[in-house]
Amino acid sequence: MAIDAATVRKVARLARIAEPEERIEPLVQELNGILQWIEQLAEVDTDGVEPLTSVVHATLPLRDDVVTDGGDAARVLSNAPKSTDGFYVVPKVVE
Amino acid sequence: MSELTSLTLKAALEGLRAKQFSSVEITRALIAAVEAARPLNAFVLETPEKALEMAAASDARIASGDAGALEGAPLGIKDLFCTEGVRSTAASKILGNFIPEYESTVTANLFGDGAVMLGKLNLDEFAMGSSNETSAFGNVINPWKSASGGNRALTPGGSSGGSAAAVAADLCLGATATDTGGSIRQPAAFTGTVGIKPTYGRCSRWGIVAFASSLDQAGPIAKTVEDAAILLTSMAGHDPKDSTSLDVETPDWAPFVGKSVKGLRIGVPKEYRVDGMPAEIEKLWQDGIDWLKEAGAEIVEVSLPHTKYALPAYYIVAPAEASSNLARYDGMRYGLRAEGGNLTEIYENTRAEGFGQEVKRRILIGTYVLSAGYYDAYYLKAQKVRRRIADDFDQAWQTCDALLTPTAPSAAFALGERNADPIAMYLNDVFTVTTNLAGLPSISVPAGLDSGGLPLGLQVIGRALDEGTVFSVAGALEKAAGFRAKAERWW
Repeated sequence: MAIDAATVRKVARLARIAEPEERIEPLVQELNGILQWIEQLAEVDTDGVEPLTSVVHATLPLRDDVVTDGGDAARVLSNAPKSTDGFYVVPKVVE
Repeated sequence: MSELTSLTLKAALEGLRAKQFSSVEITRALIAAVEAARPLNAFVLETPEKALEMAAASDARIASGDAGALEGAPLGIKDLFCTEGVRSTAASKILGNFIPEYESTVTANLFGDGAVMLGKLNLDEFAMGSSNETSAFGNVINPWKSASGGNRALTPGGSSGGSAAAVAADLCLGATATDTGGSIRQPAAFTGTVGIKPTYGRCSRWGIVAFASSLDQAGPIAKTVEDAAILLTSMAGHDPKDSTSLDVETPDWAPFVGKSVKGLRIGVPKEYRVDGMPAEIEKLWQDGIDWLKEAGAEIVEVSLPHTKYALPAYYIVAPAEASSNLARYDGMRYGLRAEGGNLTEIYENTRAEGFGQEVKRRILIGTYVLSAGYYDAYYLKAQKVRRRIADDFDQAWQTCDALLTPTAPSAAFALGERNADPIAMYLNDVFTVTTNLAGLPSISVPAGLDSGGLPLGLQVIGRALDEGTVFSVAGALEKAAGFRAKAERWW
């Protein structure tokens, strides 16, 4: 499953990272190096093995569905790059 | 005042309680040490005014008899922990001047017990690295220098390089750290300090900048095993704000240090004898085996057959979770926002400008292995291998109570030496990453020096929730090794 330049461009697009053209070829090399090294997992017999998704042997706890905080717009917005009148200001999303 | 800075946490707490010195006095001494040690680049933010304010409040509580378990003890905080009103960056440009409006649960626990914060400690960007060379704030320099390596600057390890360097150089009495694949234990081994990653779920992850949520755990880096036990007792505890936080009692771990290891069965996994391991590390491991035998433990050989698959499985699971966790850095709600012609361009430029090379590489790997058509071949396969690795440990616990291994395959290496090849860098975590995948507690204890005079660590791994045995075995190793060496001050 070797990666080519088109795949790197596609993945960068999916990850929303602008990768300049001169980085594409080095990334092809680096990612292929890592993925080839990962391929050794194919040697492990995992037939019938249940995937391990959580090491915590516990069921997720439930809590009452109640409001526990809120009314804190100023604090929520305190790190916003742009905000006005209690709202985030973001670029136009719908043309 | 320099003698105050060289105290262990335990000794400092006793001195504070006995009013031999005040918190303000020891805090002042450590603030001066931090300022003098700027060439190490261990701190990304010093908070001397806040420290003195907290110290004065501690002195008032000591005077009125309301002292907490850590009252007046100055600590360093890894800059992955959000601290209310104090800039928190994860050593990334993308968080910019982020000032949290909230306090992480772990730091809240420490401050609730009276600890004083000296400042925020440097780390690899988003804790992704094994040498502290990916930080947006520059490299941390290891206080130790090799007698055989000229005057070269060495890595303190990573990702908790600032925490390890600060503790090793006596800039704080202890430090918080986090461990996703070895980020507490490997830096501890490289700096002659003690570091423990507890069982997954012991410490709340709430307010810690997320890297790979199913692997991330907080823990302390400290000067002694007992200090690590005191700090972990304060840091751990159930937290309803983290659904993976375990609702179990937190023992007082300090009394486990010094407990006899007589009759304990210590497993030695043969798969940890890797090709090209330096003879000095082989020897140190044998020393550890001999010390525990002399202390009355029984040594048993065990097999963890899937050990060599742990790192490749990790480099699917961790980047996959990271690519999902780091999707939140979109430049809209906090942190950096770059310019762009439309919304997608703003996202892409923000993330291109804000993330460093290694973080981008891992996001791309994670995005690829999770993308349509590859999920089963990579992510699902890795989760199945992860089960195999956890099963290996379960099998080992049939015949032993704890495991003894080296912490890292080498001593601290020179900065810049292993940057060219990402896989060579990843191999640093070969002995530590298995316990993140299985969620088990594991500690690194300084146990000897290599021929160049650099510290080497031994790792003790325990059953889930059995930090007590881990601390007892680590204490026995610490006592037998008699490790007293300190980095010679050059800064």
